[in-house]
Amino acid sequence: MTAAPIKLACRNVWKVYGRRPAYYFDSRGYIIEPDALAERLRSEAHLPAVVDATFEVATGEIFVIMGLSGSGKSTLVRCLSRLVEPSAGEILLDGQDLLKATGKELIELRRHAMGMVFQNFGLLPHLTILGNVAFPLKIQGRPEKEREARAREMIALVGLEGREASFPHQLSGGQQQRVGIARSLAVGPELWFLDEPFSALDPLIRRQMQDEFLRLQRMLKKTIVFITHDMAEAFRLADRLAIMRAGKIVQIGRPADIVLNPADDYVAQFTEDMPLLRVIKAGDLATSLNGSAVPEESVAAGASLEELIPRLASGVRAFSVPGEGAGPPALLTAGAVLAVLEREQTRRTRS
Amino acid sequence: MTAPAASFRSSPRVAIEPALLPWCALIALTALCLVLKTDFPWLVTFPKEWTLPLAAGVNAVTDAVVTVVQPAFRALSAALEAPMRGARLVLVWLPWPAVMLAVAALALKSSGIRLAVFALLALTYILLAGYWPQSMSTLSLVLLAVPISTVLGFALGVLGHTRPGLRPVLLGALDLMQTVPAFAYLIPLLLLFGFGPVVGLIASAIYATPPMVRNTLLGLDRVPSDISEAGLMSGCTRRQQFWHVEVPTALPQILVGFNQTTMAALSMVIVAAIIGGFEDIGWEVLSSMRKAEFGQSILSGLVIALLAILIDRLTIGFAKARPAGPTAAMTWMTDRRLAIVLALAAALAIAIRLLWPNETLLPATGLRMQVGGINQWLLGLVRDCAWFFDGLRDGVLYCLLLPLRIGISGAAVPAIWGFTLSPTANATYAVAVLLACALLLHRFNWRPALALLVAGTLLYTGFLGFPWPVFILGIALLAFQVAGLRLALFAVAGFLLILVNGLWGALVQSLYLCTLAVLLCLVIGGALGVWAAYSERVSRILKPVCDALQTMPQFVFLIPALMFFKVGEFTALIAIMLYAIVPPIRYVEHGLRHVRADVVEAVEQMGATPVQTLFQAKLPLALPVVMLGLNQTIMAALSMLAIAALVGTRDLGQAVYVALGKADAGMGLIAGLSIAFLAILADRLIQAAVAGRATT
Ligand SMILES: Nc1ncnc2c1ncn2[C@@H]1O[C@H](COP(=O)(O)OP(=O)(O)OP(=O)(O)O)[C@@H](O)[C@H]1O
Ligand SMILES: [Mg+2]
Repeated sequence: MTAAPIKLACRNVWKVYGRRPAYYFDSRGYIIEPDALAERLRSEAHLPAVVDATFEVATGEIFVIMGLSGSGKSTLVRCLSRLVEPSAGEILLDGQDLLKATGKELIELRRHAMGMVFQNFGLLPHLTILGNVAFPLKIQGRPEKEREARAREMIALVGLEGREASFPHQLSGGQQQRVGIARSLAVGPELWFLDEPFSALDPLIRRQMQDEFLRLQRMLKKTIVFITHDMAEAFRLADRLAIMRAGKIVQIGRPADIVLNPADDYVAQFTEDMPLLRVIKAGDLATSLNGSAVPEESVAAGASLEELIPRLASGVRAFSVPGEGAGPPALLTAGAVLAVLEREQTRRTRS
Repeated sequence: MTAPAASFRSSPRVAIEPALLPWCALIALTALCLVLKTDFPWLVTFPKEWTLPLAAGVNAVTDAVVTVVQPAFRALSAALEAPMRGARLVLVWLPWPAVMLAVAALALKSSGIRLAVFALLALTYILLAGYWPQSMSTLSLVLLAVPISTVLGFALGVLGHTRPGLRPVLLGALDLMQTVPAFAYLIPLLLLFGFGPVVGLIASAIYATPPMVRNTLLGLDRVPSDISEAGLMSGCTRRQQFWHVEVPTALPQILVGFNQTTMAALSMVIVAAIIGGFEDIGWEVLSSMRKAEFGQSILSGLVIALLAILIDRLTIGFAKARPAGPTAAMTWMTDRRLAIVLALAAALAIAIRLLWPNETLLPATGLRMQVGGINQWLLGLVRDCAWFFDGLRDGVLYCLLLPLRIGISGAAVPAIWGFTLSPTANATYAVAVLLACALLLHRFNWRPALALLVAGTLLYTGFLGFPWPVFILGIALLAFQVAGLRLALFAVAGFLLILVNGLWGALVQSLYLCTLAVLLCLVIGGALGVWAAYSERVSRILKPVCDALQTMPQFVFLIPALMFFKVGEFTALIAIMLYAIVPPIRYVEHGLRHVRADVVEAVEQMGATPVQTLFQAKLPLALPVVMLGLNQTIMAALSMLAIAALVGTRDLGQAVYVALGKADAGMGLIAGLSIAFLAILADRLIQAAVAGRATT
């Protein structure tokens, strides 16, 4: 698997609210012990909203940040776009330190390189749908014709043709969020932040919007940081995900890693209700062939184990999982699948 | 395990709370003061010799400052004179058909056909009544004051939003601007700018600024973070963020501010006629009232009322979107069509003036010239019904006003009540009050009992006969227990300032007048509010009445009060009540209608009667809202105090008014600040009480 280049890297980022957070971070040369510092901050009437966050997001990847309410997800993603100024740490966008960007550079970056979708949509009430989607282009001073054409294209992309002249309050929540998505995509950013975009929507609409989101992503291949507190949503959408608790990232990994090897009890409890068979994909369990013959039956790497059950029942002992590109196929044995099935069984009986 | 049991055994049935102890001390002090008051009269009336010449000091400072800065202000005055005269000339020059066309078009755009028809009718009335030129010159002042206030208020609001550090200062200044009666700052303005309409303009601009500041602040503060972040993520520069994201999002609130500012400017322009003596509608009302020409004062008062309603509906129409969406007429009147109609109106004006250069186009004799008959009739009516109006006045005067002012002990003399109280009667009164207190103590707790005791004592001694040290300590103690040390110190400082300025008598007069007005408003307005909450029909009738009462400039309320009750304290009471009765009606109705339905259902489920439900569930639940209404009532009553001075009172408002007549800046400011002090103290006390209830 050829690793995609790193788009966004976040190194030891802290965000502390309180009277004088800077006081705790000006000691250069010290090695900060995160937990101890967070403890001290709390005891001294400060609120560490993000504690020593470190992760990397590869180009074209959907990176989901998940955690309970108040765990600091919104703060973290706002640090990434510098809507919130981090107290300490380093954020590299395409290798450039974002925290060193001047006001002007930052505006340029936001105008071209980043897009963001908000939980409560953040649509401007006085502009029509067309005006809202064209807004980022208007801010850049693009000619009216061009921005209108582009806005119409975006509106069509999210399936809202015909509603261009409506005002936001005339739309349903799901439609409003489509407008929010269209607006954030209007400038064609490579990096896309979504802060709980579907949390304000009904479960049915939410499901529909998730499908829509995946469809768009297959077309557009953005680099995505997606915030959610909904576990099902996180496991559904994520290529990789990070779990936060009280400002700290407690585990980062692919969905299968997290359900199979939870870092601690918190994560284990958190993911307890996730059906393993649905979260784990064929690719997650595949091992290299090691010279054995390529099985006749083959499955896609992205297929969930659930889909394999009927075929296993009909007596298939092994599958070949085609590798990425021209690489050699991998091997998925029925034993591996059955082991997961067994584990699911013991989890069920325990709870 | 033993501790709770022990405390249970030792606790008496009525626990002596720590909060009660100082009150007991205060009651003892009151009794002491009352016993000693014949020997030491200073306990009741603050002696003249103890007052400090603060007002004179203020005057000396003002005089010194004024002589230095006067040229600058006179220059400003001269600079403003020109646009003012210009605006006035233009508006008076405009022939009425052009004005009607333009206003009707605006009304159509703002709220549709009905407002347009109303506008035409109102303007026709003004024309026929013969007050067209006066109305236009009033409007010209409003038209100049409003942009000044709007720009100033917006700028200050933005400043307060972007510099949170400045906010306390700003809010404090706004509180003062809104509670110091305008008459009080007319005096320094007069000294600075000299007599004339410019002072009216500037006073209006000052008076009309605070609502704009508050609403701008509110609007900008309430821009949802999602929207402002969306703006930032779109790559807005600071300026783009402000003008393209924050201001448009806050605009509805800012327009509400614009509406309030316009109404305040109108109200003040009319009041400012008192010093002006220039041809405007406020002056018409004032002079006809002074001459007891009731026909004219009603006609001109109606002009003010119509103007106020028209301007209010016009501006609110632009500020608030109709819930049902724009009407057909509103959508038909697009911006372009509006521009065309306005251009047409201008062309019409020029054409008329060119074709008939020497015509005024106004009806030769307005209604006002023919009201001799009406005047006679009204005087006759007042005379014929004198038994009723005089009876009402005397009844309230002797049964409510006097006992409150000089107390039962003071009123029970042959000259007033026709009898004196025998010692037995005195003793009976005391025993009755104490018994009632004991009953309250038994059924509820010490607070209502204490309140009744205070009320009983006040009723006996009267506000004027109540010892001032006890009064100040009592209010301070209340402030301390409700809101903390800072408010208590504020109260003591304020009362001492009033005391040493020799204004205690005026303060007490104000207090008793306001207390009575507020109580009556609460009872009458509260009852109406309850009725409206239960009956759709009453609600539908009361709503437009309340709307109209609230849009009226304060001045208007003097007219009917004066007409039926002549000059005097009772007239002032009626005028104050007319102005202050709306909040209790509104807030009680709103509070009752929005009580949590599940709680009411639970109570009804328990088998409570409707009356029980009202008093035991709905009213207590609605209490915070009702308290806000009480707050508004007190503010309204205090702000009406200065205006009511015109019909004869002896209170702080009168002190301000007299100072205005004598151009005594020091006394005017101090008396004005005293009213502001009362308003701010009452406001903070009630807010603290509401917040305290919310947390417990
Ligand atoms: N401006 C601020 N000042 C002080 N504390 C803040 C501020 N913004 C956020 N916090 C605190 O930081 C913590 C993390 O907040 P954050 O909004 O990032 O949580 P979240 O994980 O996004 O929660 P949610 O799911 O409710 O959106 C919270 O405890 C919050 O109270
Ligand atoms: Mg959040």
